[in-house]
Amino acid sequence: MPAETIDPATFAHLVHLAALELDEAQAEYLRRELNRQLGAIHELEAIPLDDSVPITSHGVPYTPEISPPLREDDWQPFSDAAEILGQAPQVEEGYVVVPDIPHTTLE
Amino acid sequence: MELCDLSAYELSLLLRQRRVSAVEILESCLRRIAQVDGRPGSLEPGEPLPEDAERVHAFITLTAERARAQAEEVDRRLAAGEPVGLLAGIPFTVKDIFCVKGTPSTAGSRILANFVAPYTATPVARMEAAGALMLGKVNLDEFTYGSSNESSAFRPTPRNPWNLDRVPGGSSGGSTASVAAGEAPLSLGTDTAGSIRQPAAFCGVVGIKPTYGRVSRYGLIAFGSSLDCPGPIARNVVDAALMLQVIAGPDPHDSTAANLPVPDYLATLDEGVRGLRIGLSPDYFRITFPDAVRGEYDQQPIPGEIEAAVRRAADILADLGAEIVEGVPMPNTRYGIPAYFVISRVEAASNLHRYDGVKYGYRTPQPVQDLHEMYRKTRNEGFGLQPKLRILMGMYVSAAQYSAQYYQRALRVRTLIRRDFEQAFDPQGKYRLHALLTPTTPTTAFRMGAIYGDSVLMQYADQLTVPANHAGIPGISIPAGLDGEGLPIGIQFLGPDFSEALLLRIARAFERATEEAPWRKVKPQVLQRLAA
Repeated sequence: MPAETIDPATFAHLVHLAALELDEAQAEYLRRELNRQLGAIHELEAIPLDDSVPITSHGVPYTPEISPPLREDDWQPFSDAAEILGQAPQVEEGYVVVPDIPHTTLE
Repeated sequence: MELCDLSAYELSLLLRQRRVSAVEILESCLRRIAQVDGRPGSLEPGEPLPEDAERVHAFITLTAERARAQAEEVDRRLAAGEPVGLLAGIPFTVKDIFCVKGTPSTAGSRILANFVAPYTATPVARMEAAGALMLGKVNLDEFTYGSSNESSAFRPTPRNPWNLDRVPGGSSGGSTASVAAGEAPLSLGTDTAGSIRQPAAFCGVVGIKPTYGRVSRYGLIAFGSSLDCPGPIARNVVDAALMLQVIAGPDPHDSTAANLPVPDYLATLDEGVRGLRIGLSPDYFRITFPDAVRGEYDQQPIPGEIEAAVRRAADILADLGAEIVEGVPMPNTRYGIPAYFVISRVEAASNLHRYDGVKYGYRTPQPVQDLHEMYRKTRNEGFGLQPKLRILMGMYVSAAQYSAQYYQRALRVRTLIRRDFEQAFDPQGKYRLHALLTPTTPTTAFRMGAIYGDSVLMQYADQLTVPANHAGIPGISIPAGLDGEGLPIGIQFLGPDFSEALLLRIARAFERATEEAPWRKVKPQVLQRLAA
């Protein structure tokens, strides 16, 4: 078996950062699959990469010839704000309502 | 032969000659859906029913009344002698990853199951503006994360019309199943690692992943923002060209949509392949994948039947006047999946942070102490396993202390993958290819349940399609025969940036040359049963 890179403590930290809450069966499956995927990812380390190889963040280069001009920074009202607010799970008087936001009061 | 079995092109001619009406075309598709599709995907499917295994289950939401209103408008215009669009009266289905105003737009996920889009994605808007009839939203892997369509939260999940025990592929599995089963001649899909081309190959239909930026992503629920490409799915190359003609082009709503005019794809479709240089690469005739037990890499040749289909296609194209160039090196092909494991996860994690139960979508009904607990419960209950896996991996490999080792490195490997193509297509280079001919997939459609759960092996189903997504280049998968079990085999043509017209031309030449081939006469299992 390949070495286990993501141990239970690291995994728990990731789950916290991801704002997830997992039961035991899910956690076991996900941690196992993460480690298996990392095994596949480790193949990348065998590739000789000299410093001249730049990163590619998009396959097709964005050249001025094919990039659209930036549009004006105009404020454009949406035709039906109520429709958008209507999607929110809880709304009061045009405000989206959420449970208590953890905070500390400054002295 | 029913109207719904005709191509979009044939239907367009009949409609313009006033030999059929748009409503008649629509009714034919709706009848076919009623015959073969079975119950639509649902969050609460209950126990599996015996008849579920006999149906295609492409749909999540059928929008028959919307389509009927569109069809009646097309018929009214034709009767009044008013002009109609290029796809007037042609039904199409939409992968449920596109927002369509007034329809549930679910991404195949519980977390968006109650989301009704307040606006329409540009490719869908363009289809409707061209007169096409939107039949409904079809199933997919949850947030497009899969290659079999089995990860959808909406069940029953789609089955392959060629063999109902097999997966349709994914993630655009509902799209390709609906087209293969004659439910619609066209479907709109998306391709991030092969999600149009792989299910197109599995379902024996045509699928195009356009150049990145050729088709707007406005209104597409994002997965990998540097990789996602909307594209057409059709039963033949002419129809795919017609659809690409309509959906391609610049869009003020998407600054990554290329500001380039769209060529007339139909005008050059029948110009043939004489003088074109088409390459074959040994690196596409083998697959490399990690052995689950030993953690080491195995290399295997692709199945003989699939290689034979590709070589047969090369022979046919050579007979038509193309020059076949053997031995083109594409050495970084094998790194496509490992690099994708990193890049796509980072982008997915970033894109999935917005689903938090605040502004739209699912929110946990459980009592909570505070906002953070609401986030955690909502995301735990709303996301299935595959989105969770992608979020966790994306966060890990982009963390500050690991980014150089994983994310930055993967982006540099992406440069090498791109260079393979640049060298193959360089007009002054050694190979000077117009296109590369490859298999689309390392296998034909696999059995339902055979791979699902093994997230590594499932990802390797995309090994031959994902390099084009890294490089941004276009690709087309077309049917090229059947294997010994009667399952479709797909072949793929890859070309330089914005070479869709040329790829369509090559694909069309092959299609014409094989019109009378015996395998073209074989119908999918669900249609054979209807005829019996």
